[in-house]
Amino acid sequence: MSGDAYADAPKRLEDDPLLRGRGRFIDDIALPGMLEAAFVRSPHAHAAIAGIDAEAARAVPGVHAILTRDDILPYLETEFLVVGLPSSAYKQQRDRPALAGAETVHVGEPIAVVIADNRYIAEDAAQMVMVDYDILPAASDCRDSLADGAPPVHAGAEDNLLAEFDIGYGDTDSAFAAADHTFSEDFHIHRGGSHSMECRGAVSAYDPATDQLTLWVSSQMPHSTLRVLVDMLGRNENQIRVATPDIGGGFGPKLVVYPEDVVLCIAALKLARPVKWIEDRREHFIATTQERDQSWTVDVAFGDDALIKGIRGVMVHDHGAFTARGINLPQNSAESLPGIYHVPHYRMNVKLALTNKVPVTPVRGAGHPQANFVLERVFDRIARELGLDRNEVRLRNMIGPEEMPFERPLKTRGGLPVTLDSGDYPKCQRTVAERIGWDEFPGRQKAAHADGRYIGIGLANFVKGTGRGPFEAVTVRVGTSGRIHVYTGATAMGQGTKTMLSQVVAEVLGGDIANVTVTTGDTAATALGIGTSNSRSTVTAGTSAHVAAGKVRDKALAVASALLDVPAADLEIAGDEVRPKGGPGQIANIKVTLGEIAHAVSGTPGYSLPAGIDAGMEATEHVILDSPAYASGAVAAEVEVDVETGGVRILNYVIALDSGRIINPMISAGQALGGTAHGIGNSLFERMAYDENAQPLTTNFADYLLITAPEMPRVDVWFEESPSPLNPLGVKGVGENGVVPAPGAVIAAIEDALSPFAVRITQAPISPPEILALIEAARGQG
Amino acid sequence: MADTRKITCTVNGTEHSVEVETRLTLADMLRRELNLTGTHLGCEHGVCGACTVLVDGRSARACLMLAVQADGAAVDTVEGLAPSEDALHPLQDAFRDHHGLQCGFCTPGMLMTLKELLADNPDPSEDEVRVAISGNLCRCTGYQGIVDAALDAAQRLRNGEGS
Repeated sequence: MSGDAYADAPKRLEDDPLLRGRGRFIDDIALPGMLEAAFVRSPHAHAAIAGIDAEAARAVPGVHAILTRDDILPYLETEFLVVGLPSSAYKQQRDRPALAGAETVHVGEPIAVVIADNRYIAEDAAQMVMVDYDILPAASDCRDSLADGAPPVHAGAEDNLLAEFDIGYGDTDSAFAAADHTFSEDFHIHRGGSHSMECRGAVSAYDPATDQLTLWVSSQMPHSTLRVLVDMLGRNENQIRVATPDIGGGFGPKLVVYPEDVVLCIAALKLARPVKWIEDRREHFIATTQERDQSWTVDVAFGDDALIKGIRGVMVHDHGAFTARGINLPQNSAESLPGIYHVPHYRMNVKLALTNKVPVTPVRGAGHPQANFVLERVFDRIARELGLDRNEVRLRNMIGPEEMPFERPLKTRGGLPVTLDSGDYPKCQRTVAERIGWDEFPGRQKAAHADGRYIGIGLANFVKGTGRGPFEAVTVRVGTSGRIHVYTGATAMGQGTKTMLSQVVAEVLGGDIANVTVTTGDTAATALGIGTSNSRSTVTAGTSAHVAAGKVRDKALAVASALLDVPAADLEIAGDEVRPKGGPGQIANIKVTLGEIAHAVSGTPGYSLPAGIDAGMEATEHVILDSPAYASGAVAAEVEVDVETGGVRILNYVIALDSGRIINPMISAGQALGGTAHGIGNSLFERMAYDENAQPLTTNFADYLLITAPEMPRVDVWFEESPSPLNPLGVKGVGENGVVPAPGAVIAAIEDALSPFAVRITQAPISPPEILALIEAARGQG
Repeated sequence: MADTRKITCTVNGTEHSVEVETRLTLADMLRRELNLTGTHLGCEHGVCGACTVLVDGRSARACLMLAVQADGAAVDTVEGLAPSEDALHPLQDAFRDHHGLQCGFCTPGMLMTLKELLADNPDPSEDEVRVAISGNLCRCTGYQGIVDAALDAAQRLRNGEGS
């Protein structure tokens, strides 16, 4: 992406205050009389709690309260966060308690909270809360936790199978019986975190005079939080407001409602003082949800022509200790496995394994990176076994643009058909292959080998359902100031939501994005919001904003027509005024501002509105978009492997991304780049390690590695724009796409670089020691 | 009771005398005592770099330094970077133009680290920029917009902008 392509994109409305240090993040909120909280958390993956002695901690000067489960129960209709998405596949219901009771089932689980004058004192006192634990055996690895005799994650449970389902279509047995070739391969993708640079946090405040409870929270889904608080606290919607300040990144885990949110509300109710809790990074490692541990055993049947005949297998998904979201992740994985290819027969048995680890919920990509890795590795193996080019094998199996829309006999979690709506998959692959020099690579590789350098190239295609429905709420309102105000349930966590919505609305209402304000993620401003996840905001909120702005535009023209006595069809909105089409024309003073129009319909006591006009200059839309808009694309990576150290350097990285119509190329490229960085991290660096007792081993940024600038290659971003027919803007989501195909391409490139050693890599991430071990093993065999 | 000291330091050109607990970090003094909340805390163990400020012109982790260690020092934070309400520092302008920020949480630390780099090395190579910000984590941008912004800002500063 060259800088020139940004020339026409508006600069972000968000940037000025953030650049000046005037962002208002959760920790920047300071209310009069505010106290601060620190949580007492389980140090054990599994233990019975025999008792809690908080006496010494309560005596610490500056401590206002220490709350355990017994202390918060009087405030709760139910002590559990019942948040699991509906499914018939559950075999156990494992809802999280607000605070642990008789048992704790993962390191980091909150057991008590200390409220004190400030965080320093709260943390001192938290260390003095004595919890009497009887340690129980823990289940750590999802591959082992389903075995007979594995320790139960929850004491007394028969087993650790949380849910199980089969997904697929066709007749795989016949397909395998008739196939020229078959193989079976095991794959494992490891768990990591989201690691928004801002951790979680919340501020609660209770005003007894108005009986109003307010929770400011760094959340992607404040409306979900409100609904859970209504259920748990027995208060109605009018008595609770949940609002989001600036959010310092989300990447998935902030879509979850957390025990801390609930406990903080109770603390404010009990003490009638504002209470702040800011998660520190160690807590983020042990108490914020994570994702990606999956173990796949996949059987593949294919022909001499390299065409896939069938795929079948078993996948075990690490669910963690509680249901904090649902079965959505392995559903996404299994549903998306066939990707952009013709897979005539497909069947997958999926098991969700409980483990004594922090719950698993979406992290950017949400189940798709794992399936993509498995499938793209399968194609590399077919190419190898048949001695064909990896690019060619993919093209032979690929769904063509002439087949759109392509309905696969699979259902989404909501029971809708999986229908790939648009895209030119072969073109995206050809684009990345051309831009990275795929056809010339064998020459480059040979020359490098002659110099003792090991370079390799890899490629992966992807498709991802985006814009998950059913809707996002948007209100567009013109105030008497003439300003256009937009309110939405979508949340802004860095992805330029406010700029995007301003562009969408201004396109219809006068063209000036500086005249638009956007309020995101506030239950007091938007009644029926859903929130931000699944690359959904531009699709769902963008569409509602477009339609609502169109209605407000029509109204503005109708009112202006009445005021100016000019037919509405002859009027246009330019900037903040309505005037005859084509400019002032012969009568320059025939015009009316948006503010004057808003005044005219805001009502004056005793006076009628203009004939035929109803009140107010606003429209609220919840445009229903059930079917996902499928974004797609391809990536290619060229790497060099140091066979002495196992170190990997990415020399070149290309992404072709089809997110339909691009509203802001600068912001969209930024999303692609950020996703790619996360995906490269998932390939090479990010490994949330646990020991056999489910004790986390990587709980700081020295042990858990995020990619830094020197490791990150310059990425060539290319947009293919196949408009989605499913929404009036023609858009598809962007945010998660970069992360999905990265491990498949990077790992393939490493394997290719090590082709002289014939190593095979079926895991992500892979570390330098593991690469060295593979080389050593290959040399030993040689 | 808590052990306190009175310290005096100059923050963004303004002298402050503050009574602080000896265990208060510099970051918390800036945020809590001076209400300069632009300095962000991302890890509180010195790796992420979000809290980077300049102490006597050199970059420092405000989370790893105690406020009392800044007694007598000149501290520069992101709030002091822009010359006025109407104008931004060339680094800030370049960050906006090159999409060097998304959520904006790491941005203050990035800006202060790069301010030090460009003071030391007005014409850095891309690799030098990448090494300079290798102690600053960003989860949003993949660093590309930040690197482009730094190189562009260096050019703008060499051309005399913002001076």
